[in-house]
Amino acid sequence: MAGRRMKVLAAMSGGVDSAVAAARAVEAGYDVTGVHLALSKNPQAYRSGARGCCSKEDAHDARRAADVLGVPFYVWDLSDRFASDVVSDFLAEYAAGRTPNPCLRCNEKIKFAAVLDRAVALGFDAVCTGHYAQLVRTGKDLELHRAVDVAKDQSYVLGVLNQDQLRRSYFPLGSSLKADVRTEARDRGLAVADKPDSHDICFIANGDTAGFLEQRLGNRPGDIVDLAGGKVGEHAGSHRFTVGQRRGLRLGTPADDGQPRFVVAITPVTNTITVGPRDALTVKIISAIRPTWTAAPLDREWSGQVQVRAHGHPMPADVTVHDHGLEVILEAPMTGVAPGQAVVLYSGSRVVGSATISATHT
Amino acid sequence: MSRIYLDHAATTPMVPEAVEAMTRELTRVGNASSLHASGRSARRVVEESREAIAAFVGAQPAEVIFTGGGTEADNLAIKGGFWTGLKSRRQRVVTSTIEHHAVLDSVGWLTQAASAEVSYVPVTEDGRLDMSALAGTVDSDTALVSVMWANNEVGTLQPVRRIAESAAEHGAISHSDAVQAVGHVEVNFATSGLDLMSFTAHKLGGPYGIGALLVRRELTLAPVLHGGGQERDIRSGTLDVAAIAGFAAALEAATRHRVAEEQRVRRLRHELVNSVLAAVPDAIPYGPGAEADRLPAIASIGFPGCSADSILMLLDAAGIDCSTGAACSAGVAQPSHVLLAMGCSEAEARSTLRFSLGHTSSIADVRALATALPNAAHRAKAAAAFA
Repeated sequence: MAGRRMKVLAAMSGGVDSAVAAARAVEAGYDVTGVHLALSKNPQAYRSGARGCCSKEDAHDARRAADVLGVPFYVWDLSDRFASDVVSDFLAEYAAGRTPNPCLRCNEKIKFAAVLDRAVALGFDAVCTGHYAQLVRTGKDLELHRAVDVAKDQSYVLGVLNQDQLRRSYFPLGSSLKADVRTEARDRGLAVADKPDSHDICFIANGDTAGFLEQRLGNRPGDIVDLAGGKVGEHAGSHRFTVGQRRGLRLGTPADDGQPRFVVAITPVTNTITVGPRDALTVKIISAIRPTWTAAPLDREWSGQVQVRAHGHPMPADVTVHDHGLEVILEAPMTGVAPGQAVVLYSGSRVVGSATISATHT
Repeated sequence: MSRIYLDHAATTPMVPEAVEAMTRELTRVGNASSLHASGRSARRVVEESREAIAAFVGAQPAEVIFTGGGTEADNLAIKGGFWTGLKSRRQRVVTSTIEHHAVLDSVGWLTQAASAEVSYVPVTEDGRLDMSALAGTVDSDTALVSVMWANNEVGTLQPVRRIAESAAEHGAISHSDAVQAVGHVEVNFATSGLDLMSFTAHKLGGPYGIGALLVRRELTLAPVLHGGGQERDIRSGTLDVAAIAGFAAALEAATRHRVAEEQRVRRLRHELVNSVLAAVPDAIPYGPGAEADRLPAIASIGFPGCSADSILMLLDAAGIDCSTGAACSAGVAQPSHVLLAMGCSEAEARSTLRFSLGHTSSIADVRALATALPNAAHRAKAAAAFA
């Protein structure tokens, strides 16, 4: 079909980023349709501050932005898929003592899977989002790169996308600074220009992750033990703890060395929290499973940088690819590595792949 | 690009007579309740309109209570009727499972706020009220029986007269939401035996925001909106003179053309259903088969294996307006309670679209739909795997 305009489905959350992304898609000459993803069966009427998402107010804001852009707009009900693929997974991961990243999971299972597949079946060529990341064409491949705005870079949570998904993705904000996006929204007459950014986990509207987990997974008191397995205290429920945490342990007896103690492990099977000195949190080797690749899979040996948290820094590492996943040897030991999080491999600004951290070793 | 508009049951274009009558009044000053000459001339327009409207629906002028539309008329009928019945210690409200939300939610509110007891009478597979179930439900505790004249999603006509008789036998007030019926099929308030009947202007070629509740002359209905008492002390609020004039002009036009137009639209609907079935052979029409049991203009059609939302979007992109008929509650579209009440599964309900014809519809609209549907249904079926 010569001269056919590319059909783009713009995911519109009701926030400023996705509104400007959709506006840029329109300006680029694409045939744009806006959709708001309803991810909860019982959305709140209003969002409170920066928390929560897909409230009725957000749907309204997205609809108004689509009106201003003059594009068709619909609400797609993804609440069942979101509940099973993101929220249930989030709970199962915590129940297994890991620390999941639900935003990454949502990109992997909802936005660039369920929504993208449905869009393609309905005749769309690509899905446009307000993510801060850059797509760079080199030859026949598309490369995923960090955003120009380092503070807003979301390449970490997009690292799970493969080449097929990237080819059908469109991130118009990757080369912009957030401040400029807000100015542009204002200039375009989009009412969401000054809406606060969303933070935290969208389906935990009040930000109380521990409370959310306790309500759904229950709350059992258990023991706090040291690295040797000796009991040093008790906890009221393991959901209040994350690896690396120091505060709130309320241990009666001080450690032998008089140094502060940190959570080094959570073991759901025995419902115990293991504590130890800061040294015990230091990680040198990371094992990771379920690798995904933005282009061709890596060869057996590879050197580059790895990032282990959404807002972490890239660290030099050597990576070995084997049948069941990756082994990452960090050039320098680091802390704050939690099983369940993703280890994303970077070559400079380019995302190479992603895998789920399964174990850490000192 | 001019649109193919197949959503007349949602709202239908204003007829020229209504536009003319309304614009004539819009530029005049005068509150119909004022005592001076300007007020009197406004009042005259209101009363002439009231008399015309009453005559077209077989009511007396005094029985016409103007409201801000169908929803307000239903709210007034349900809440006012319940409070009136409560004075004689009647606490039950009897309604059907396929009412419009203006009725269902009003009834639901009464159960929470005023300890009303509610009985929902089921319907048959084609959406007709189960009359024996009704007979077994209405009793001497019943304040109000409310059953719609014609269903807005599938088009089923109800045996309103027998329903009103059933209510009268037990001294209960009867109400019917006739929003989809007036102007489209024969409606006569006097011979229906009803105590209350709602209808609205914008479904019959008039403006938005004006409707009426017919209240039988002898009935004292408790008001919902209190204030100036403009409408027999049953409804307060300054009357919208221009809208009332437009309402009367639209109903006059609809009544004048009704017999011929009803036949024309029935034939067109028949053509639409046949074309859709030819274009998408596994499509399933819902509602009664016999013309005598249904509205002329509404076609409810299921597309198995497709999400109605997807087809609606693809038809929209192809220039065709239709409806899923589903209420959008809490931001997320719910499967139609009407289709569920008729025994459809949730999947069937979510795959069903409503096409509704009106005075501007032509065979060209039907052909455009039949041309666009196969591709839309094909794509929607492919997309359903990822819903």
